[in-house]
Amino acid sequence: MAAGAAPRPRVTADQLRKRRSRSLKEEVIRLSLLGSALVSVFVSVGIVSVLLGEALPFFGEVSVSEFVTGTTWTPLLEPRHFGVLPLVGGTLLVAAIAALLAVPVGSLAALYLSEYASPRVRRRLKPTLEILAGVPTVVYGTFALAVVTPTLQAILPDVRVFNALSAGIVVGIMILPMVASLSDDALRAVPQSLRNAGYGVGATKREISLGIVYPAAFSGVISSYLLAISRAIGETMIVAMAAGSTPRLTLNPLESIQTMTGYIVQVSLGDTPAGSIEFQSIFAVGLGLFLMTLAMNLLSQKIMARFRETYS
Amino acid sequence: MTASDRFRADSGRRHRRERTFRRLALSATWFGVVMLGILIVGILKDGVGQLSLDFLDNFPSRKPEQAGFKAAIWGSVWAVSFTGVFSVPLGIGAAIYLEEYAHKGRLVRILELLIANLAGVPSILYGMLGLIAFVRMFGLETTTILGIEVPFGRSVLAGSATLTLLILPVIIIASREALRAVPDSLRQAAYGIGATRWQCVRHHVLPAAIPGMLTGVVLALSRALGETAPLIMIGALTYVAFVPETPYDLFTAMPIQIFNWASRPQLEFHHLAATGCIVLLVVLLGMNGLAVWLRNRAESRKA
Amino acid sequence: MTMVDAGERMGQAGQAERSATVPDRGATSTLESDAGGRPVTDARPGAAPADTPPGPADTVLATRDVVISYSGAPAVRHVDIDVQRGDVTAIIGPSGCGKSTLLRCFNRMNDFIEGAGVTGQVLFEGIDIHASDIDPVELRRRIGMVFQRPNPFPKTIYDNVAWGPRMGGYSGDMDELVERSLVDAALWEEVKDKLKQPGHSLSGGQQQRLCIARALAMSPEVLLMDEPCSALDPIATGRIEELIESLRGRYSVVIVTHNMQQASRISDTTVFMYQGELIEVGPTARIFTNPEKQQTEDYVTGRFG
Repeated sequence: MAAGAAPRPRVTADQLRKRRSRSLKEEVIRLSLLGSALVSVFVSVGIVSVLLGEALPFFGEVSVSEFVTGTTWTPLLEPRHFGVLPLVGGTLLVAAIAALLAVPVGSLAALYLSEYASPRVRRRLKPTLEILAGVPTVVYGTFALAVVTPTLQAILPDVRVFNALSAGIVVGIMILPMVASLSDDALRAVPQSLRNAGYGVGATKREISLGIVYPAAFSGVISSYLLAISRAIGETMIVAMAAGSTPRLTLNPLESIQTMTGYIVQVSLGDTPAGSIEFQSIFAVGLGLFLMTLAMNLLSQKIMARFRETYS
Repeated sequence: MTASDRFRADSGRRHRRERTFRRLALSATWFGVVMLGILIVGILKDGVGQLSLDFLDNFPSRKPEQAGFKAAIWGSVWAVSFTGVFSVPLGIGAAIYLEEYAHKGRLVRILELLIANLAGVPSILYGMLGLIAFVRMFGLETTTILGIEVPFGRSVLAGSATLTLLILPVIIIASREALRAVPDSLRQAAYGIGATRWQCVRHHVLPAAIPGMLTGVVLALSRALGETAPLIMIGALTYVAFVPETPYDLFTAMPIQIFNWASRPQLEFHHLAATGCIVLLVVLLGMNGLAVWLRNRAESRKA
Repeated sequence: MTMVDAGERMGQAGQAERSATVPDRGATSTLESDAGGRPVTDARPGAAPADTPPGPADTVLATRDVVISYSGAPAVRHVDIDVQRGDVTAIIGPSGCGKSTLLRCFNRMNDFIEGAGVTGQVLFEGIDIHASDIDPVELRRRIGMVFQRPNPFPKTIYDNVAWGPRMGGYSGDMDELVERSLVDAALWEEVKDKLKQPGHSLSGGQQQRLCIARALAMSPEVLLMDEPCSALDPIATGRIEELIESLRGRYSVVIVTHNMQQASRISDTTVFMYQGELIEVGPTARIFTNPEKQQTEDYVTGRFG
């Protein structure tokens, strides 16, 4: 034993016991952090209960079957009709146009980024594309009105001032970076060995990209499509500004239509008293919107989880 | 014709297709960039003519030549500042709980599911929640609780609370990533000499994670700055010709003012909307630059 | 219970060897409860002294039928050892034998691993460290730890050492404590003029000694070292070994190492583990020259592992 080492009293159980003062402080901190984490629970419960709370009285007046199957939406005019299909149809028309633009262009961009671009080019192009995702939707709306619609009118004289096509194209541009970026992530998760197998039998890059990589990443890519389309369905400002406010069940993209979100904005711009059927109707429409986007998001997450399981 | 001849004939076509596909994919990638360019040029063309100090310093007006962006700029500053004050502690706190405190059990799985889905809820639905829960507080009579006037009405406070809920999932997800990037050896070092959980988090994990968290926070706040639909829902579209002085004041915001101008029939107002877009985009560009700078600084410090 | 018996015997053997030092310590102890020189096992519920065979007087750390499992799968099975005060105890064995798991159990670092569970008793000064009223934080202040890779805080050299005592509410002269800890860790001469520089600016070996100084600043009873030289070159390793040599007697050191020469050079007692089980424990000289078990002999002569 080293000389001069100060002998120390042995540790006692008392010294190892939990101290009330410190445990209390640590516990207060833990509980407040837990409280912050639980805010997400309150928000989720809040959204569902607010939508249900206002939509249930609405369904007391309008039957669910009339709401879901009705083809006339005239909530502000007598005789009132609350058939939501024209709004759903408008929403889906815009989302379909957006998807027709964003899915092929976004997928090709993702294939370029993951299979062709050098790391240097990738590092520059991807953030530039992501700027598109950060542009506020009200700016996209202004862009639709100021640039896209006049351009369309110059090409097709039948295009109305407010129309589904212009809104759909701009929504497509908005969700394009989402498709490209998420699909790129999925494509790059495909192991290099699969590509090498393709090169080994003398395949070209295109044959490998389309024949091997894209199919191998398909579930991940699909998940990105779903997420982007869900975003298109919930998009509000572009459609409120550019698609019009004419609830109409039509497949003609040159006409003015109204989407679910567009209707909600239209009503909230007016001075609708709380408790009136118009006020409640936006919550019924909101509930429908919530269920549609939630279903797509959940499906997307589920497919993505399976994709991650395959390659990890 | 021999088999190898057939291969050669085939390969000419294959290489042509290869080139075509490559060009197609490249143009698809550039499509987005070109659209961004067209958008910026289009907005600049319509809007740059009205850009002046008067525009920044005037209140909205019925006469387009006198209308300005002042109330909207300051309304946005107020709303986003309060959003930051509310959302940063809540979001980072939730992330710390999930990463540093919680056991990986059912609670964490449920919270993760909720946060992922909240991130995908359309922003307009947050507006509907804000309208009922903050503006009207489920029809509560006007009163004062703990020195806070409730319900919030169409105030800065209601707007910030709504935007807070909207960006909370974004902040939580980004902050968790930043916490996960902190090496475990640092935690072990602290716990190994008898640090409590909070001492370890407060003195070691947080300082290491904060640069990454800040990047996420700035991006989330720039999202809050650009949001329109939830603010329309809570009724921030009223005619406001003043700068808020308290959190209980009515307010407007830059995106709301742009929407207002774009919805009017006169072309002059459409041009003002474009001018507003320029100001909004410049501010957002600045915030994005700040986020990139923070991220680079965090990465260079780590190296 | 045969394992426990074996542990008892080994413990007693150790006691005989070092009995000369015991009265020394016991006599100078000023604590009333400690008057007999025996560890205090008071009447805490769930840890009655009657059913815990108290270790010999100079056993600082002991395990009784300890099983450590990850998500139900045992990684360490039925281990009984007694660590003698002031000794350097080496735990050796092939990778994956559970030696690090056992070491991390001594200061409850396994608490941070999801799904890790312990049965049996780990006694520190005769106190069951897993009892419900024991604070792992207090425990870790008295059982320090040094890790495989040097992990200084991203702070100055001074703050690396001072942070722990500061958090622990140390009221003495901090400069003096930092200097003493760095002297004890054989680092003072190299860093005394650059205490305000970041800990990361030091070489790997210096960083590891800084981590040792950081642990010593808490004046721990026991110092746990988990392969502290595995990331270091031979010269830096040699300095750490000298340092451990100088700590002998003042601190009880438990070191996990995959390096048998190191164990034979620096330790008083060697514990050999294989596939989660304790195979043999005894004085280092005997383990390396005349082991009782065939497996031990095979391992120390390099036939496997």
